[in-house]
Amino acid sequence: MSEFFSAAALVTTIGAGIRYATSYLYAALGETFGQRSGVLNLGVDGIMLLGAFGAYYVVLKSGNLWLALLVAAIVGLLMGLAMAFVSVTLQAEQGISGIGFYLFGLGMSDLLFQKLVGTPLPISGFPEIHFPWLSDIPVVGELLFSHSLLVYGAFLLVPIATYVLNRTTIGLKIRSAGENPAAVDTLGVSVARVRYGTVMFGSMLAGIGGAALATELGIFQQNLTAGQGFIAVALVYFGAWRPVGVMYGALLYGLVTSIVSQLKTLGIIPRSVSDLASMLPALITILALVIAVQRERQPAALTKPYQRGG
Amino acid sequence: MKRLSTIGIVMLVFALVAAACGSGGTTTTAAPGTTGASSEPLMVAMVSPSAINDLAFSQSMYDALVAVQNEMGGESAMKIAYSDNLFVVDDAAAAIRDYANEGYDLVIAHGSQFGSSLEEIAPDYPDTTFAWGTAGDTFGQPNIFAYEAASEEGGYVEGVMAAALSTSGVLGVIGPVEVGDAKRYVDGFKAGAEAQNSAIDVKVNYTGSFSDVALAATAANTEIAAGADVLTGSAQMVTGAVGVAKDDGVPWFGTQADQTSLAPSIVVASQVYHWEVVIKQIIDLMNQGTMGGESFVINLSNGGEVIAYNPDYALPDAVKTLAEDPIKGISDGSINPPRPAG
Repeated sequence: MSEFFSAAALVTTIGAGIRYATSYLYAALGETFGQRSGVLNLGVDGIMLLGAFGAYYVVLKSGNLWLALLVAAIVGLLMGLAMAFVSVTLQAEQGISGIGFYLFGLGMSDLLFQKLVGTPLPISGFPEIHFPWLSDIPVVGELLFSHSLLVYGAFLLVPIATYVLNRTTIGLKIRSAGENPAAVDTLGVSVARVRYGTVMFGSMLAGIGGAALATELGIFQQNLTAGQGFIAVALVYFGAWRPVGVMYGALLYGLVTSIVSQLKTLGIIPRSVSDLASMLPALITILALVIAVQRERQPAALTKPYQRGG
Repeated sequence: MKRLSTIGIVMLVFALVAAACGSGGTTTTAAPGTTGASSEPLMVAMVSPSAINDLAFSQSMYDALVAVQNEMGGESAMKIAYSDNLFVVDDAAAAIRDYANEGYDLVIAHGSQFGSSLEEIAPDYPDTTFAWGTAGDTFGQPNIFAYEAASEEGGYVEGVMAAALSTSGVLGVIGPVEVGDAKRYVDGFKAGAEAQNSAIDVKVNYTGSFSDVALAATAANTEIAAGADVLTGSAQMVTGAVGVAKDDGVPWFGTQADQTSLAPSIVVASQVYHWEVVIKQIIDLMNQGTMGGESFVINLSNGGEVIAYNPDYALPDAVKTLAEDPIKGISDGSINPPRPAG
C-alpha cells in the first residue's frame, strides 16, 4: 500500500486523472447548455468521434494544431445544426435521433479513417505548458501546472459557463427555454433560436472534446472515444445541470479511473478481480447519479419539443 | 406526433447504414465464381474483428495472405477477400456463411471469439475449408483447421531484452483481458525478464478493454509513475500506451505486428507474426485433399514468429546479443517459456 502513497505515484496518478477528465469535461459542459435549454443530445459520442477524426487528420496532414481545433469545432457546429434541425424544427424524438447521430458519427469517422488514413499513424499534440516558477513548485507544480493548453481550456470554461448561464440575458433565455418555453415565447423570444444556439454550441464543444482526446493520445482509430460521450451525458445529470457540478463529476470519473489503474499496476487490486475493478468508475458514477437525481430536479421541458399553442 | 417519431426512425436508419458502411469494410478483389484462365485461382476469404491495418492482430493475418498470394504468383493464382472490423460475432458469422455460400475454397475466421459460430457453420459446407484462431481446437470436424501463436516465445525474448535495458528494475505491461494470446505474451515476457534479472519487478495492468485507447494511455502513465522505465503491451488499444511511452522517452516492445511506425524513437523491437507458415501448410494439405482436422502453432523455430528490430533504435549490441541465446534455447528446447495449460 505504501507504494501507492509515494509522492511521485500519487502526483502522476492524479495528473493522469485530470488529463483523462478533460475530453469528458468539454463534452459534458456543452451538453449542459443543450439540456438547460430543453434538448437532450445523445449523439455526443458520435460528434466527439467526428471532431476527433477531423482534428487528427488536419494535424496528420498539416501539423497545425490550431487549424485542427478549428476544424473540430466546425465539424461539431455542423453536426449540432443537423441535430437541432431534427430535434427542434422537425421535433423528432430526441433519444432516438440522438442514438442515430451517435451511430452516424461512429460509422462515418471510421469510414473516413479507413479511406483517408488506413493504418494508425502517430501525431504530436499540444505540448505541456511550462509556467515559469509555478511549474517548479514541488507536487503542486506537477499536479496543476504541467498540462497542455486544452486541459486548462476545459477547466477555464467552467466559470465562464457558470457566469453565462446564471448572470447574462442569454443564460436567462436558455434556462427559461428549458423550464417554461411558452413563457419565453410570450416574451417574443424564439425558443427555436435559443435551442438551435445551445445545441450547436454544445456540439461544438463535443467536437473540441474529441480533438482534445485525439491530440492528447496522438492517435486515431476506430471508436477512439469508447463511449466517452455517453458518460458525458450522464455527468450532466450527475452535476445537476450546473457547470461546477459537471466538473466535479468529470474529475471524480477521471480520478477513479486513474486510481483504479494505478492500484492494478501496483498489484494492490489483484488480477483476479481486475475486470470487476474496471467497472468501478462507471459504477460509482451510476451510484452518484441515483443519489443526485433524487436530490435535483431536471429542466422541466427537457426532451420536450416546443410547439406554439401545443 | 406520429409523423415526428417517423422522422426519428428514418434518421436512425440512415445512421445505421452509415455505421454499417464504416464498421464493416468488405472488399473483394474479384467476383467469385467468375471463370478466367484454365486453372481457377484459389479463393481465400478472411473475417476479422478489427481493421486489416490495425498494426496488430488482424493486420498480421492480412499481411500473411498477401505474402502467400505474391509467392503463388499474384491474383491469377489466389484471390483474397476480407471483411474486417466485425467485432460483433453475429455479423462475423453472417460474413463467414456468405463467403462459404459464394464458393470460397478457404474461409479464415481470424478471432478466437468466432469458434462457436464456426462449429455450427462448417458442417453445412463440407466442400469448404475453414480455419480459425488463435485456438487449438478443430472441434473434431474434418473441414476445420485451427492455428495459434506461441506468443510466449517472442514475449520471453523481449522480456530478456527489456530487463537488460531497464535501470530502475521495474517493467510495465499493458494488457487487455487476461486470456488467450495476450496472456501468453505477457506471461512469457514476465518469465524472460525474471530469467534475465531475478530481482526485476514486472508490473502488469490488464485494462479490461481491447479497444479503450485512453484507458491504455492512463495505464501507461500509472506504470511510469510506479517506476517502470521499459514498457510493452498487447492488443489493438496499446496505441495509446505507445503514445505515452513516446512522450516520456520510455522504450517500448511490441507484439503481433511491427509497431515501429507508431513511434520510431522508442520502439525497440516487435514480435511479428508470420502466419504465412500456417497458410502455406493449409494450402498444401488442401491440394492433397485434406480439408481440415489439424492445428498449427507458429513459433520462433518454424519462422512463424520473428523479432523485428527497429533499425532507428540504438539498441546496445550487448542487449541484442542477449536475445540470441533465448531464441536458440527456445528453438532447441533448452529454455521453456510458460506454456498455457491444456
